[in-house]
Amino acid sequence: MRRLSDKLLTPQLPLRPFTWGDLVVGLLVTVVVYLGVRFAIDAPTVVKGPDISLSLTALPWYALLSIGRMAAAYVLSLLFTLLYGYAAAHYRRAEPILIPLLDVLQSVPILSFLPVVLLSFSAILPQAVAAELASVLLIFTSQVWNLTFSWYQSLRTSPTDLREASSIFRFNAWLRFRNLELPFAAVGLLWNSMMSWAGGWFFLMAAEIFTVGDRDFRLPGLGAYLKEAATQGNVPAIGWGLGTLVLVIVTLDQIVWRPLIAWADRFKLEMVESRVPPTSWFYDVLRSSAIVEWLRTAFLRPRLERLDVWFLRHYPTSTDRSRSGIPVWGWVMVVATATIGLAYGTYRAMDLLATVPLSQWQAIAVGAMATLGRVLLALVIAFSWTVPLGVAIGMNPRLAAWLQPVVQVAASVPATALFPVILLLLLHLPWGINLAAVLLMLMGTQWYLLFNTIAGVSAIPQDLKDTAALLQLSPSERWRTLILPALVPSLITGAITASGGAWNASIIAEYVEFGGKTITTTGIGALITQATAGGDYPLLLAATLVMIFTVVTINRLVWRRLYRLAEERYRME
Amino acid sequence: MTTRPLFELQHITQVFGGRERFTALQDVQLSLQEGEFVLLVGPSGSGKSTLLRVLTGLLPPTEGQVLYRGTPFRGVNPHTTLVFQTFALFPWLTVQQNVEVAIKARGVPPEQRSARATELLDRVGLDGFESAYPRELSGGMRQKVGFARAMAVEPELLCLDEPFSSLDVLSAEALRQELLELWSSGKIPTKAVLMVTHNIDEAVLLADRIVIMAKEPGRVVAELTVQLPHPRRSKKAAFLTLVDQVYATLAGQTLAAPVAVSAVPGEPGYIRGLPAITIHDLAGLLERLTEVPDHFVELYRLAEKLKMDTTQLLHLTDATTLLGFATVAEGDITLTPLGETFAEASILARKEMFASRLRRLPMFQWLLTLLKSSEKRELQWEVVITALEAEFAPEEAERQLATLVTWGRYAELLTYDDRTGVIALEAKEA
Repeated sequence: MRRLSDKLLTPQLPLRPFTWGDLVVGLLVTVVVYLGVRFAIDAPTVVKGPDISLSLTALPWYALLSIGRMAAAYVLSLLFTLLYGYAAAHYRRAEPILIPLLDVLQSVPILSFLPVVLLSFSAILPQAVAAELASVLLIFTSQVWNLTFSWYQSLRTSPTDLREASSIFRFNAWLRFRNLELPFAAVGLLWNSMMSWAGGWFFLMAAEIFTVGDRDFRLPGLGAYLKEAATQGNVPAIGWGLGTLVLVIVTLDQIVWRPLIAWADRFKLEMVESRVPPTSWFYDVLRSSAIVEWLRTAFLRPRLERLDVWFLRHYPTSTDRSRSGIPVWGWVMVVATATIGLAYGTYRAMDLLATVPLSQWQAIAVGAMATLGRVLLALVIAFSWTVPLGVAIGMNPRLAAWLQPVVQVAASVPATALFPVILLLLLHLPWGINLAAVLLMLMGTQWYLLFNTIAGVSAIPQDLKDTAALLQLSPSERWRTLILPALVPSLITGAITASGGAWNASIIAEYVEFGGKTITTTGIGALITQATAGGDYPLLLAATLVMIFTVVTINRLVWRRLYRLAEERYRME
Repeated sequence: MTTRPLFELQHITQVFGGRERFTALQDVQLSLQEGEFVLLVGPSGSGKSTLLRVLTGLLPPTEGQVLYRGTPFRGVNPHTTLVFQTFALFPWLTVQQNVEVAIKARGVPPEQRSARATELLDRVGLDGFESAYPRELSGGMRQKVGFARAMAVEPELLCLDEPFSSLDVLSAEALRQELLELWSSGKIPTKAVLMVTHNIDEAVLLADRIVIMAKEPGRVVAELTVQLPHPRRSKKAAFLTLVDQVYATLAGQTLAAPVAVSAVPGEPGYIRGLPAITIHDLAGLLERLTEVPDHFVELYRLAEKLKMDTTQLLHLTDATTLLGFATVAEGDITLTPLGETFAEASILARKEMFASRLRRLPMFQWLLTLLKSSEKRELQWEVVITALEAEFAPEEAERQLATLVTWGRYAELLTYDDRTGVIALEAKEA
């Protein structure tokens, strides 16, 4: 079981009402999506990707390609995160735009980014390069947002005394970053990186093989292999692909994430030793390696030292803090340009939206309701099994000892990869695709709830548990007076993440190509996928905007409000 | 000695918050001469820590200026440093790295840096612990790292923000002596020390000069020169007299405003806030007083006996005088006949006495009137807070109302429902 750090359990956004920032952001997103659509309409001719081989010998190569893409996207995510979070946390004027923008962006379904990134690239680059870059960018959009929130949150919550110490000892921006900001954020960033990779694997199939209008893009990779296998209905190939994927994920966990978590234990703020510090066999191997030690002392350390000296020389600590980064006229220019751009873009977007017939708007509305129903159903099912199991694991160390590894492996398999198998079993039943869609949403989101439940239960103070035992409360009384109230905040946090994930999953769950057939059901996700595949850009724009609006509104009006209520009433202190 | 002070604060005012403003410091004047060891004492909220942060340049003052050797200085002053109550060590750096990073920030090359850090750690008695992480050390040793790090930048003015208050008694004692030795040995380039403390014994033990501050708003109210020779012994009569004198000034300050003539929120005049104490502590204090001969005791003795920190004790004595259960004069507290009766009464009788005294307090009368004039004889917590924020900073308003409600509940005059946030009059009051 991944022990969730506290940071994961804090809400990812400060609770705030709708502001003017949201309005600007809403318009901004409309314009960007519109621009992509614009590109798409103008982009030329029919494109055909390479054929995906289903032979076993291709698999290792494909796996490497996919890992490479994931890694490239992850590096991009980290860079974006550091810069964006830093800007949001340090520039007062930018914050009211940057943070709501992030909130909106993370609720944009991944396929809606597709035309924007792909076609703008293919307009300027050779097709192969453009497709590769587009794929990396798509994976990026499924990895980046939670990382950025985590980094921003850390920057805003670093301890006052350490910040004061950094000032009084005259750290420049670099020393502050290296000694305070990055170490303080490390644990949160690490856990979120693991979540990001899970998110990337989940959408890998959508990111490696896609059709946009008449243009069919295929990139050799594990995701494409799985999807091709599903399209052909080749069951052995599905099995091999799935096995390879699980192997890759487990290997990465053992040689990358576990060692990193063991190493990052030093960045915890607590001034007491952890009772059970995280361990990793691979980390122990690395630590006892002479080569690694040599790299560290003879290579890494002098280079970091030189970097420190360079930064100190070129960016000395300024004594007077009244400096004002960007002059006022600069801001005025930026704001003016942005406003004009926004206004024009909005106008053109409206123009495009006006071509969407009323019947399609109705379809979008009906689809949104249908998807909402599925999301809720998935949540209810997830709650009904994760809460009892999570409580059992959290309360009972012996049960946890043998259940945790099982849960960990189960959680690490991306649900999308299993999807073809599920379809195979369910498609013959009446309502098969509907069942399958709910099941996929469920598989993608239930782990958040399970992990949050376990974390919530483990956080119940021992004295309260002892009291409940001493009072000899009956099981039902114990649930009512102790367990449920203690769980409420973490359950709601889990539900926010889970419902966001379920909405995003709808684009994959409601529109499936399997065994040469295309199977769809009513839903906004199906509409978006259909619009992308069919090149119906006005519909894509309209459906995307409606989906963003629905998700953000539900988050603001329902989940965040519930969370605040829960935090006030049920906080453990 | 030069007449020009090393540091000088001129008309410093520090206001926090946007709309609901809170004055942490008002028109503060203070100068520090070379060779001085100055201690700042005062209740919580009197702006002691804020003053340190303005002086070191961590906080730009709202008004006024900081002079360094006679010239105005803005921004973080490289000639000062700060030792923190919470140590403020980077938990992910080793002891050695924690000291080195402060030297590194000043651009000292690696070889010199490491030698200097080792030497400083050696001097504070931490040799052998260079590669340890702070979490492996005891509180006292962590603060030694804090000292070594502060020394590393060779400050002319060393500021210390309650450096010993999160340590156990023995470590605090030992570290205090080491600080004094470092300072008087003349081996460090530090020319003056400014230290904040809650502990009045500590102030008298260390200081050449004690600066006493009061709150609402934070300001300097008195200065006291200490001319006792070192080493000072805390059992000597001269020492005790001084401690007594500081207590008297502090208690006098918190009682300076006339007890009866307190205005209510929304009206002109001095608003006397309620000290945040629990009824349990109040009863405990009164009971303790009935046990001493003549029902009278010096405040500093009481602090020792009750093992309370000064702020807490001052709050408590403040409350007892406010309610008429005791009187404070010249650093002594004396039980009144009413207080004596209270201490010996049954639980119910205590509640009645407390209620009758409570009704006389202007703040409480104000709340009762407010409640009575509302339609259902009840008000939302937030509504009352809004009314109180006309007079108090937001945090203080919360504290005031919490105290009002706790006392009112004990006296069975009020009820409060935490779920709904409704404050209501007890049925018999309505």
